[in-house]
Parts: sequence; C-alpha cells; structure tokens
Amino acid sequence: MRLLEAVGMALRTLRAQKLKSFFSLIGVLIGVTFLIAVVSIVQGMNRYMVDRFANTLVGANTFELRQRPGIVTGGVTDEVWLAWRRRPRISYADADYVRSRLRTDAVFAKFCEDRVAVEYDGKTAKDIHLVGTEAAYFEIRNYEITAGRAFTAQEVQTAQPVLVAGHELAQKLLPGVDPVGKTVHIGGLPYRIIGVVAKQGTLFGISLDKFAVMPFSAPGRRLICPINILDALIVQTDDPASMQRAMGEAEAVMRSRRGLKPWQENNFAFQTAQGALGTWEKISKILFLALPGLVAISLVVGGIVIMNIMLMAVSERTREIGIRKALGARRRDILAQFVVESAALSAAGALLGIGFGLALAFVVKALTPLPAAVAPWSVVVAMVLGIGVGVAAGVYPASRASRLDPIVALRAE
Amino acid sequence: MSEVIRIRELTREYRMGEERILALQAVSLDIRRNEYVAIMGPSGSGKSTMMNLLGCLDTPTGGEYWLNGQEVSRLTDDELARVRNREIGFVFQTFNLLPRATALHNVELPLVYAGVGARERRERAAAALAQVGLEHRMDHRPTELSGGQRQRVAIARALVNAPSILLADEPTGNLDSVTSEEIMRLFAGLHAAGQTVIVVTHEPDIAARAERVVVLRDGRVESDRLTRGAAA
Repeated sequence: MRLLEAVGMALRTLRAQKLKSFFSLIGVLIGVTFLIAVVSIVQGMNRYMVDRFANTLVGANTFELRQRPGIVTGGVTDEVWLAWRRRPRISYADADYVRSRLRTDAVFAKFCEDRVAVEYDGKTAKDIHLVGTEAAYFEIRNYEITAGRAFTAQEVQTAQPVLVAGHELAQKLLPGVDPVGKTVHIGGLPYRIIGVVAKQGTLFGISLDKFAVMPFSAPGRRLICPINILDALIVQTDDPASMQRAMGEAEAVMRSRRGLKPWQENNFAFQTAQGALGTWEKISKILFLALPGLVAISLVVGGIVIMNIMLMAVSERTREIGIRKALGARRRDILAQFVVESAALSAAGALLGIGFGLALAFVVKALTPLPAAVAPWSVVVAMVLGIGVGVAAGVYPASRASRLDPIVALRAE
Repeated sequence: MSEVIRIRELTREYRMGEERILALQAVSLDIRRNEYVAIMGPSGSGKSTMMNLLGCLDTPTGGEYWLNGQEVSRLTDDELARVRNREIGFVFQTFNLLPRATALHNVELPLVYAGVGARERRERAAAALAQVGLEHRMDHRPTELSGGQRQRVAIARALVNAPSILLADEPTGNLDSVTSEEIMRLFAGLHAAGQTVIVVTHEPDIAARAERVVVLRDGRVESDRLTRGAAA
C-alpha cells in the first residue's frame, strides 16, 4: 500500500470524527502555538532592538570612545558610578590623538549632545536634542537629507553657526514654510538652517526626529559641552572585524596616552551596538532556553493524548482491522495506516498551532509597538515536531493493531 | 480434473491450559475448480475451524493444505495476507463492510492491498458492483443499504480480485427468506460462470443448492456426497 493511500485514508477518518480529532490534537496545538508565537515575538523584539534601538543609538560597525558607557542597561552600583564620574573626560586632543594614530580605515566624528530649547518667530521648541559634531556624522548615522544640505568640513573648521534640523523640529517650529535659509535662535545665538533630515520614526514610542545637528565648533558649543571636552569620539569602520581591530588599536593608543600601567583598568569606555544590547540579549537567551522546555512539555502531553486516542481508536475499530486483514492487509499496512493517522492528527494540530501562533504574533504586533518577525525556521520546526510527535505517539497503538489476530478481530463487536 | 484445494491429514489443535482440544482431526479433502461445495455440521463440529483454515486466517497444527498449487499451511502472517488477498473472496454472515466507507470504496479495498492504481481500482470495483446489480448504489454507505444489498456489496468485494475460491460463511444467516433466495441465485449464477464456491452453513436447504455436501462431526468428515441436483 502506498503512502498516499494511507494519508488519504487517515484524512477521511479524521474528517469523519471532527470533534474527537480536534480535542485529541489540542495538546500539540498549544505547544506549537506557543513555539510560533514566542519565537515570532522574540525575533521581532530582536530585530527591533538591533535595527532600531542599537543601530539608532550607536550605529552598525560603530563604536564610541567615551568617559563612561553612554547606554547603561542593568544594575550599576553607586561606587562604580562615582568611579566612572571621576575619570578624565575625552578632550579634543584625545580625539585628535586617537584619530591620527589609528591604522584601521575609519570615519571619525567628534560628538557632544544636550537638550536645548530652539526659538523661531516667537515660538519655542523645548527639549530638542542638539548634537555638535563633524561632517562625517551624517554618513555614520545614515541620515538622508530631504531639503537643503548637510554642513561641510570647511564649515566645521570655520565654526559656522549652521544647523541641520530633524524632521519633527522643522515641522513643529516652522510649519508651512520652507525651513532652509531661516534663522532660529538657541540660547540667544542665531543659527541658519541649511538642511532637514528625513523622518526617523519612533523608538518605544519616543520620537527620533526632535533633534538638530550643528558643527561641534559652532558658537553655541558651550551649551552642550565644556570647552575642549567631548561626550564621545564616534568611530565607524566598514565591517564588524575591522571595528574590533580599530577598537583594539584605540584602546592601546588611549592607554599609552594616559600612561596606564598594565594592572590598571581603562579609565575610558567603548560603547558599541552590541554592548547596548547586553540586557536584551540576556532576556532573549532566557526565553530561548525556557522555550524548548515549555514546548517539549506540551508536546509530550499532546503526544500522550494522541497515543490514548489512537489506542481507543484501535480497540473501537478492531472489527475494521479484522476486515482489512481478511481482505489482504499485511502487518505493515495496518501499522502504516495507524501511524499515518496519528501523524496526520498531530500534523493537523501543528498546522492549527502555526495558524494560532501567527495570529497571536500579529495581534501583539497590532496592539504594541513591537514588530512580529515570523521566523521561517520556527514554522518548519513546528511541522517537523508535529509530525514527529504523531509518529512517535502512533507507533505503539499501531503495532498493537497490526498484531491483532484476524479471527479474533473479526469476532469483535 | 485440477484441484483448487487439496487437504491432507489437516489437524488443528487448541490448548486451553492443560487441556488439548482437537478441533480438526486429520481431515483430507479435495475440491476441484468450479465445484460448488457446502460444508455442514452442528456447532462444535470443526466447521468454523475448517472455514478459518480454508480462508488462510489460521494455520493448521498438522497436515498439508495446497491452495491453487501452493502449500499454504506453513506461511508467515504476511504471506498469508497476500494469499487471502489474491486467492480468497470472503462473504461473511454479518457482511463485515466498513461502515464509514461507500459501497464503491468497500469493494475497492482488496485492490488497495493488492497495490492496484486508483483509476483501475475504481473501474474494477464499479464493474464488480454492476455484476451484483448495484451499479446505482455505488455512493451509498452500508447504513443506507438493505441487508440483501449489503451482502451483495460484500460479494462484489469478494469477487473484485478474481479469487480462486469464493468462501461464504453462513451468507444468508442475517437475511429473510426472500433475500436469501436472491443471494443463493447470485451464487448459482457465479458458479455457472465458472467460479469455485464454498459455503459453510448449518441450514440444509442452503446446502442443498450446492453440488456436493461435506458434513463434519467432531472434527472429522462424517459424509461427503453429491447432491441430487448435481447428479442429474
């Protein structure tokens, strides 16, 4: 008997007993729903954290040389915090020194930031993230300029009071006018807007478009950093490997510049996208460690339910087995029939579970800012597990069925 | 004339704890191709044991059984399944149809186990149903059919693989006299068309339709004679 026949036979039986079939596959359904939903949500979280959180705040293949970590996730004791604050800050000279001695190809940008108020025509936009930096910053942040232009290296060198505005700042402060060429005031100083950056969207519901970028050397620099002091030197390389190399070089250069002895710890810090993801990675690792256990429990329970249903089916259908044997079914035909039936039952559970899991993931996606990223591998794993559980649960009942004596089976009521 | 069944010293012994029961004691019997034989006997005569052995549902504890030239008394379970599939068409007292399957699907079943492709299966099953006059009931389930129609479906199923013997066990036991008459006429027609028919029964008027009646008692052949109809 061909496999196709067995599958057709199994599907006919399942269709004939819809309600019983549904209840018997509920265990597998729950296990698979759980698997798909959790994997989709965690994957979505992951993608969100990497794409939006880490790469927005730090950037890909990018590290920042800082006095202390800029993004801290997880507990830091007061003592550590105080020690960080006592460290020397990163000076213009430090940045230039590292830049001139790094052998790996990289783009650099001095970086200072703070929150300020921006005024235009009697209106004030508060809490604007003002960044003082260099021309390469736009490239590092991958900012697209939608109107006007970014500032140039010459404008940085000559400390021009020019400003590139974030999308929301331009919209809110200068509604209905072309912002390019307009003059705004920050801390009483006039700045000419020369460009607008494309919309960046939100992160955890917080707008990423309330910012302005100016040359770090511009007149208002004292508003965001003390003179000659930087929040960070941003370094971007072409790929992860050269980033690691550049970071190693920068560490060596900084240690020698600061005269640190081998037993002394760094009195500066590197911030990377990976570093910012530390806590999230811990959470997702725990979820992924717990997931197989939870899925396994529901699948084992599901398997036991299916095995019992199949044992019941075998005893209910003893007469049928007798008839089939009398008509020429061999042991392996009966075995295949019941194993395939059990696998079909379980696979149907897995299919429904995949549907429910995806639905759950999309509900989460619709109701929260989290995206749901369906991992194709999880669907494959779910299907394989579903069929596997069915086969495993079906073997024992099927082998009992296949060993029935046809004479006894034919007499059964 | 060629024998389709050749039995020599066939013995079947059952053990019930310490006790040994000889259900068949060294029975020898030949049945020729296209013979119409009735096997009779009271309950406990070894009739059912004989039926199970002839149908290859059971194996003897002694003796030989040649079916269509093949010694089948020492075969494995799976080899016996193959012999049942190719050589034997069963008709049971209780019809033994699959309740959830249509008449057509029930008749197709032996062909499924013979490995016949779907289209050929359908054609042959439809032809077998037409042969018993049920071409207009192919899509009905057994519960939608009368007793006589169910037994005719079972006969179509028995014939679909063109078996060497048609083996019927009390085929009219669950039918009224009018329907019984119908089924027995069908058997007579099949016999006339060349089919070997063996009917196991305890009813003398059913046995009287056969050419030859073998009577068993206490596990032995008590008598083996031709009927008047056959002698004529």
